[in-house]
Amino acid sequence: MRELRIHGRGGQGSVTAAELIAVAAFEGGVFSQAFPAFGVERRGAPVQAFVRFDDKKIRLRSQVYEPNYIIVQDSTLIKDVNVFMGVRKGGIVIVNTEKKPDYTVPEGVKLITIDATTIALKAIGLPITNTSLMGAFAAATGEIQFSALEKALNHRFPKELAAKNIAAAKVAFDIVKGAA
Amino acid sequence: MMEITEGSHAIAEAVRLCRPQVISAYPITPQTHIVEALADFVANGQLDAEYITVENELSALSACVGASAAGSRTYSATTSQGLMLMAEVCFNAAGMRLPIIMSIANRAMGAPLSIWNDQQDSIALRDSGWLQFYAEDNQEATDLHLLAYKVAEDHAIQLPAFVCFDGFILSHTYEPVDMLTQQDVDKYLPKFNPSERLDAADPISFGMYATPEYYLEFRYEMDQAQKRAKDVIAKAGKEFGAMFGRDYSALIEGYRLEDADTAIVAMGSICGTVKDAIDEMRADGKKVGLLKIRVFRPFPSEEIAKMLSHVKRVAVLDKNISLGAKGATVMEVRDALYGSTIPVKGYVLGLGGRDVRKRNIKEIVELTEKGPEDMFYGLRKELI
Repeated sequence: MRELRIHGRGGQGSVTAAELIAVAAFEGGVFSQAFPAFGVERRGAPVQAFVRFDDKKIRLRSQVYEPNYIIVQDSTLIKDVNVFMGVRKGGIVIVNTEKKPDYTVPEGVKLITIDATTIALKAIGLPITNTSLMGAFAAATGEIQFSALEKALNHRFPKELAAKNIAAAKVAFDIVKGAA
Repeated sequence: MMEITEGSHAIAEAVRLCRPQVISAYPITPQTHIVEALADFVANGQLDAEYITVENELSALSACVGASAAGSRTYSATTSQGLMLMAEVCFNAAGMRLPIIMSIANRAMGAPLSIWNDQQDSIALRDSGWLQFYAEDNQEATDLHLLAYKVAEDHAIQLPAFVCFDGFILSHTYEPVDMLTQQDVDKYLPKFNPSERLDAADPISFGMYATPEYYLEFRYEMDQAQKRAKDVIAKAGKEFGAMFGRDYSALIEGYRLEDADTAIVAMGSICGTVKDAIDEMRADGKKVGLLKIRVFRPFPSEEIAKMLSHVKRVAVLDKNISLGAKGATVMEVRDALYGSTIPVKGYVLGLGGRDVRKRNIKEIVELTEKGPEDMFYGLRKELI
């Protein structure tokens, strides 16, 4: 089983990202499970959402403590929350930032930074970074196919909005693929 | 067809396919997504039902009582404080023998206020006469609604039922669910046809008062109906299995229990985590198994005694506490095992959303090997 933990702030679409990644993974033929860290949602407050992937039915119901993958939607969280806690060796951390990192990830963990905010502002016109980061996740991990992500976005959003989000996801996907 | 969707959505879809004629509910976290989805179904013509919006839960269930007595298939959903506001009506609905089905997205009771999961709410109403089903995953949570209608409406039963699933842990989780079709459900679930109903042309009364010469017998009849429900569940659950491939004929289920030394007894979504922990303990040579309780009312005492007869010790997990006594399940399991020498240890855990991990289950097995004293598991000593 592989596990993903998404850190964001209320309003950034972390839960939606978890759901859509799970939908795309299931579309690709694996069992998946997505759920939020249950709390009282407030805009701007630190939030978490989780996804599990497995080749068999997922029974585990606890939260995710030792993820293979971490997505950080807002790099200002890094000083407030221990976002890298428990990440597994060989894991991948994706951080949305335009800056050079002034933090380190645990040994044996790959750090990918991407300026998802700028990508989202250009493609969508709003600083909603979740779909760009989904594209980066697809490219970095191979857990989901881009075509499945596209399908999930088309299913979730009205046509025009879906197209903008797919465009954002594609830019991020290509950047991460190109860097690999 | 397998579809990945939110638990609440899968449940709302199953309820829609059961063709309830009257729905009355009041929103409360974490149940709200279900009644919102049903309101949409009614508004956009996907479900031909009367959707009665009300000012609170007391009115919601009262509306269901009236509608059910008039011969309509009825549905509501609630949790926690909302269920407590319905408590008076719950006893009445059961006493009037009205097969209302209600989804309970299990949540802790305040005070202190908690929106998080445990099973205190439905357990607090275990004596109200409602049948109580508990789901391990969203597939069960969905399927059990069909089973509940089928059993509750059977003329041998005519009692209301809770379909319980852990709030947030199941209600807000996306996972694959085999979604049934209208054709499937219509084949399984016949139209509601109560033995008695309100009819202006042939007037009768529901819920009149019973003097001391009569009351005891009413309660006896309800208790008999609860006990008959075991056979009706067996039959309806088997039929479900034959039609859809998932057999719900058993009120309890064993997992790697046949040769187990230590049995864990649990109910609801925690069973999934327990199963994963058991597989890991088995790989280390520890003989541990699970007895999962799917039906808490009627309580499967004889079935449990039989399934546990060979084990050396039992650990019972309760996401509830009868304050001043014990967890509700451990009391029932001890009663079921009365006369046997198998030690039973009760654990109250996971209250108010405290997460339960595989490592906790493993520690519980170790603690159970040491002695049978009941305990609260996972207390933060620094807070006491």
